[in-house]
Amino acid sequence: MISHVEVRRRTYHDSVRLMQASAAVQRVDGVETALVAMATDLNLTLLQDLGFEVAETTPDDMLVAVRAADEAVIAPALAALDAALETPAGDGDMAAPEPRTIGTAAARAGADLALISVPGPHAFVEAAEALASGLHVMVFSDNVPVHQEIALKQQGLEAGLLVMGPDCGTAVVSGLGLGFANAVRPGPVSLVGASGTGIQQLCCLLDAAGVGVRHALGTGSRDLSHAVGGRATLQALVALDEDPATEVIVVVSKPPSPEVAEEVSAAAAACTTPTVLCLIGESTLEDGAAAALRALGREPTPPAVWPTRGETPRQGTLRGLFSGGTLRDEARMIVAGTLGEAAAADMIDFGDDEYTRGRPHPMIDQRLRLEHLGETAADDSIGVALLDVVLGHGAHPDPASEMAPVVADAKEVGLGIVVSLCGSSGDPQGRDAQAAALNEAGAAVFLSNAAAARHAVEVVGGTR
Amino acid sequence: MIDRLLAAEPVVATAGVDLLADALEAQGASVSRAAWRPPPDEVSDALATIALHRRTDKANRIAVERMMGVRPVLTGIGVARDALGLGERTFLHAGPPIAWEDCSGPMRGALVGAMLYEGLAASPEEAVALGPEIELSPCHHHRAVGPMAGVISPSMPLAVVADADGDGAAYTTLNEGLGKVLRYGAFAPEVIDRLRWMERVLAPTLDAALRRIDPIDLRSLIGQALQMGDDGHNRNRAATSLLLRELGAALLEGDDPSRDRAEVFRFMHANDHFMLNLVMASAKVGVDAASGVAGSSLVTAMARNGTEFGIRVSGTGDAWFTAPAPEVDGLYLGSFTAADANPDLGDSAITETVGLGGFAMAASPAIVGFVGGTAADAVRRTLAMYEITLVEHPHYRIPFLESRGTPTGIDAIRVVRTGVMPVINTGIAGKEPGVGMVGAGIVEAPVACFLQAVRALAAIESDEEA
Repeated sequence: MISHVEVRRRTYHDSVRLMQASAAVQRVDGVETALVAMATDLNLTLLQDLGFEVAETTPDDMLVAVRAADEAVIAPALAALDAALETPAGDGDMAAPEPRTIGTAAARAGADLALISVPGPHAFVEAAEALASGLHVMVFSDNVPVHQEIALKQQGLEAGLLVMGPDCGTAVVSGLGLGFANAVRPGPVSLVGASGTGIQQLCCLLDAAGVGVRHALGTGSRDLSHAVGGRATLQALVALDEDPATEVIVVVSKPPSPEVAEEVSAAAAACTTPTVLCLIGESTLEDGAAAALRALGREPTPPAVWPTRGETPRQGTLRGLFSGGTLRDEARMIVAGTLGEAAAADMIDFGDDEYTRGRPHPMIDQRLRLEHLGETAADDSIGVALLDVVLGHGAHPDPASEMAPVVADAKEVGLGIVVSLCGSSGDPQGRDAQAAALNEAGAAVFLSNAAAARHAVEVVGGTR
Repeated sequence: MIDRLLAAEPVVATAGVDLLADALEAQGASVSRAAWRPPPDEVSDALATIALHRRTDKANRIAVERMMGVRPVLTGIGVARDALGLGERTFLHAGPPIAWEDCSGPMRGALVGAMLYEGLAASPEEAVALGPEIELSPCHHHRAVGPMAGVISPSMPLAVVADADGDGAAYTTLNEGLGKVLRYGAFAPEVIDRLRWMERVLAPTLDAALRRIDPIDLRSLIGQALQMGDDGHNRNRAATSLLLRELGAALLEGDDPSRDRAEVFRFMHANDHFMLNLVMASAKVGVDAASGVAGSSLVTAMARNGTEFGIRVSGTGDAWFTAPAPEVDGLYLGSFTAADANPDLGDSAITETVGLGGFAMAASPAIVGFVGGTAADAVRRTLAMYEITLVEHPHYRIPFLESRGTPTGIDAIRVVRTGVMPVINTGIAGKEPGVGMVGAGIVEAPVACFLQAVRALAAIESDEEA
């Protein structure tokens, strides 16, 4: 065992640096003990306690003390010391860490709108922070308790901030699509409503007629319920009425609570901007789009159809396999209205909570719905399957590529396939290519959901 | 307000599903994403309850205003017996309440040392036997703070730090230096001798000097020291030097024997940490002013007794929320290693509570070397703390960050929401009584304390509603 002590006269290094250097020397093979330190009284005592001989020093001197197995270790130990003292320590990356909450993210960018899609139990806290930070809020998340929704909307009203949602799947603000939204050209019509796919269908039908959309403000599936009382819909309606570039307003909703419907109707009547009410059950989305076109002084024409030719499908009942809640509701009412309630009993919305818990939305991930389509083909009591395909931002990049082969197989066994295609001409998936692929596989494709439902009724009812 | 939203394409902040943010970016929108993560299940209801009652923001504004409204000044040196009304067998200690039998090695060592110093015991063995009879009470309960073991016994001199703009005050011991010292659990004869010298010479000399001048503005000294590379916790070299400059002339003017004055000057010169205790007392004046604001989630204490780590928040007043004291990640003196280290200890995390120490690391990059980090790490640590704090300190500024104020006022709610834990620069005591300091490093406050605090805040909201 040998001891090496050297004094580096008038050499200053910071104490933390020297502790790091000591640790580096200590790590050299064969080193038993190492101390590199300024020669302060405290450090001289330490050196003595470690059993080293202390030389004559001043506090401006640097001490190097190494005890090692043999002389040969000293050189590498000193080399390790010099390396530790000379090497720059880091890469100099001083980027700020990522923001962790919606408030911090908004402050960094000067945002004015928050889009919240965290799991339902956590959505309220983020949304409340967004409102407290002066942001308008869209809550895409579902499974948010209704008392929290009321609290958010009340807070929004007090602050003059719009709360879209919870369970708001779609919005368009100045042409920017949020959540599931179709690409729309700028235009004179603004939409408001408690219905995601209802808004999407209207956007697409207007787009097909060459009319653009300025804003589409979703308000969340429960906004027109008795409990929530249409707070956001009424607030948005007033804002759209005051928006100078909006020429026609369309209010769209699933069947609302009667007293809320009355209040919304009164508010719509009070608007100075021409306002169309499109309440599913009282009218179809196609009717709503037509009314909006007439309000603009245009004569509506029937939306596009990609029909099938050839053989009649097998006899049987109708099954609906939907990803959009409002599209399903509208189709069901049309089926029930013509064939009776029993015929409309088998129409599933795969976007409903019970199918989306722990699983992506069916507009993103089609696997579950396509499995059901396969089972439907295998069930020869069913004659026709009615499906929606929703395109646009946020949705699956190429739904037809997965759906067409399943459609073709189903056709093989005689199942009739009717598709309601909710897409605009500008959608990233390419609406017409999607329609063509599905049509080629054997599906009758309709741009209007109501028209698709009517066609399915005709096929099942045997009128064609 | 909504008209402004509808006037132009919005800038969007997002939290949640990345696909939706991707879709916005694909449309060419300006998007700012939060790297959101779910808070622990056990607080998700509590967070919603607190958000529903909507009084936290205002309560926090009030609490922070009170904290920042104090102007701590050093007025003089007193004696614990008189200043705090301590009984002869009442000893104060760092951290949350603790019983003798739960004390760690260094806490026990410091208490033994204090018994020897007070003459209550003639030997360490006698002191250990007497230990259970000593009444222990946290410094924090007596407007006082102490670094490491933080032991205050009746005869000890205390620095008096008062609020120049109000009637608050706080007390702290005078710093003994590094190495074998009482606060690190050492009780050798040299330790006791030093304490006696501090009582006999240091305290009266300093007190006399302080009486000859206006109270020293500590907030101003700390602010200047941050400009000079201090963090106010583990590095106080600049602040101690500035304090000596303030005191210099007043010390020279004294009629104490000149040898005493020279010794005092030499002692302070040799102890870079002399200012630490005064920084802590300055912080204590602020947090005490901020305590007890209903609904506020402002953290008003982070303190460790060597066994447990405890925090207090303004809205729950004097309650402590505790968890086992964590291990410190650090560098060791001489041949000491992590095996020699006691878990986290001391009231000194009060400095982090007011935006210093780990929160001001960007002002003091050398400190981050304690965990093998880099200057860039120091900056990132400070930047991360802005996520969990309520304000930027108007007086404590970081030159390198374009003189941005340090992140100040920890919000317990933001800590549990973000999972960003307060970072603390600290010394490390040997775990055996009598060893003293073995290293220094960095430690994160345990999340369990903050989870309990948030649940307690939510329980108050629910009770008031009922």
